[in-house]
Amino acid sequence: MSDVETITFTQAYGRALDEALAADPTVLLLGEDIGDKEGGGVFKVTGGLSTKYGTDRVRTTPISEQAIIGAAIGASLAGMRPVAEIMFMNFVTVAMDQIVNHAAKLRYMSGGKTTVPITIRTRTGAGTSNGGQHSDMLEAWFAHVPGIKVVVPSTPADAVGLLRACIEDDDPCLFIEDGLTRVMKGPAPPADYRLPLGKAHVEREGSDVSVISYGRPMHDIRKLADSFAAEGISLEVIDLRTVSPLDVDTIIQSVCKTGRAVIAHEAVRSFGVGAEIAAQIQEHAFGNLKAPVKRIASKDTTVPFARALEQAFLYQASDIEIAIRQTLDGK
Amino acid sequence: MSKQQFSPETLLNIYRTALYIRCADEGIRGQIRSGNLMLGMHPPTGQEIIAAATGALLDADDYVVTIYRGLHDQIAKGMPLKKIIAEYFGRDTGACKGKGGPMHLTYPEAGVMVTTGVVGSGMPIANGLGWASQIKGDKRVTVTSFGDGASNIGAFHEALNMAAVWKLPVIFLCQNNRYGEATTYEDATASKTVAERAAAYGDNMVGVTVNGNDPEEMWTAMRDAIERARVGDGPTLLEANTYRFSGHYFGDPCTYMPKEEVAEALANDPIVRVREQIIAAGIVTDADIDAMKEAFEAEVEEAIQFAKDSPMTDVSEVTTDVYGDAK
Repeated sequence: MSDVETITFTQAYGRALDEALAADPTVLLLGEDIGDKEGGGVFKVTGGLSTKYGTDRVRTTPISEQAIIGAAIGASLAGMRPVAEIMFMNFVTVAMDQIVNHAAKLRYMSGGKTTVPITIRTRTGAGTSNGGQHSDMLEAWFAHVPGIKVVVPSTPADAVGLLRACIEDDDPCLFIEDGLTRVMKGPAPPADYRLPLGKAHVEREGSDVSVISYGRPMHDIRKLADSFAAEGISLEVIDLRTVSPLDVDTIIQSVCKTGRAVIAHEAVRSFGVGAEIAAQIQEHAFGNLKAPVKRIASKDTTVPFARALEQAFLYQASDIEIAIRQTLDGK
Repeated sequence: MSKQQFSPETLLNIYRTALYIRCADEGIRGQIRSGNLMLGMHPPTGQEIIAAATGALLDADDYVVTIYRGLHDQIAKGMPLKKIIAEYFGRDTGACKGKGGPMHLTYPEAGVMVTTGVVGSGMPIANGLGWASQIKGDKRVTVTSFGDGASNIGAFHEALNMAAVWKLPVIFLCQNNRYGEATTYEDATASKTVAERAAAYGDNMVGVTVNGNDPEEMWTAMRDAIERARVGDGPTLLEANTYRFSGHYFGDPCTYMPKEEVAEALANDPIVRVREQIIAAGIVTDADIDAMKEAFEAEVEEAIQFAKDSPMTDVSEVTTDVYGDAK
């Protein structure tokens, strides 16, 4: 049997963008340093694309995040499907007006007359010694804004399928890439692979505990599921893929079956995605619960720089394991 | 290509649109005053010539991005009054089914692509419309309106710089009405004019200041800016000086506006002045204008009645148009 082709996350994003540009002449890319003249992007995702598709369609911008998102919105109103790169997620803060007041709301405020089919790709995640302004997971902010979709892939294949789906979606999508795992490899998907947005993936069926997550912690949970299985404990593993709109049905169905839920995310704990999921579970599956719903998250602090502090800030795989064991004990 | 020339017909055309805007504005304000309409309104009273001259020059498929004080821009671009007023009344027949309101009117059928309620936010979006035109080669131009106050927000700089670097077919139309909300131009703005800031964006950006209340001056500057954009020569920062007769919002006590200044502006009301001008030039008679005004007032009345007779938007609409694929 021949080896399965594997690709890194970075290659996955690049593949999705390349396929989208080739498939649809209305797909455009814009962002800081993304052209080949500038080295194909700080993270090399867009390498080769400006040469292949021209700098009209793959355009390096000034360091002007409001102008980047605004240009993406305007072009989308004129029938284009722009993909804007915001180099680090913390930099979306300077473009919040364009994202929140305009991209997310124009469909609603126009009574459906206009839509904003843009994709905003951005990179983040702690554990890379970049300190407090280059590491935050801010997905909950955007999940709190109706009108924008928030997508976080956890495998290279999913990254291809979800990014293609974001680009083809008629609403604005925020696509969050994890910096730490960018060179991690996984099986490559077939050509023109797409995954549905708004649909969680039950990637491992189980009967004892529902473990719900997205993005980086999924790598920890996959390993934990194997080790628990060796002990005879069966985890049902749900990868949200799309954080918002949240696939509540899949979560509730699973928790009604297992009676136990552990939610894990890298973002800080308070007022986060985990809180929303826990609330949904208690609203819709209270009678089925055999243990309190557990949340695993990073600490409620700024992301620190020093390696030891940064590790102390981050959620740990062992936290997830402990939480699972506690729910099994009904705690 | 020889340039379009300003003619008596041009002047009459501009006056006609400006008068129509004034009639609509007064009709709407009358509805608020009488308690039929509850909303925050930012009247364009006094700024009509700018929009009318611009509208006279733009093609139907050109784009406009405007702001909360946008009634004049929307009408001049060809947005039907019924759609506007029904939106003000929050009716199902409004341009946006009552989901946007006066600060968020959209009407792509006439090229009114965005009306923003956030100062300065339209400029970055206008660039995107221009970028799309540049890629498609469709020769459309985009005019984005904003006040003098908006020239002090960061988005102004980001947008003008990008437009100049990319040589976009965008006209940045600053309607300088001398106040950003209640603060005077001088107290908020370091440069003598807004247009002189164009110099910071190099050779690709042209900066021009005109008397926006003078039809010929305004029209000529806008003609040049549009031609420049259409042939791919780049953006223009066009500053049209004007005055805001009714303050920032309907009901604004305007205590911050000196009485003499307001009196002088009212004495130079462009709607009155241009009327005198076209009569003196023998283009139309007093009676012609009276008849025109009467017809416009009837049209406004009809649009108001249309709005009042229209059904309210069904409350089930509250959760639609959030996402395209929502149930």
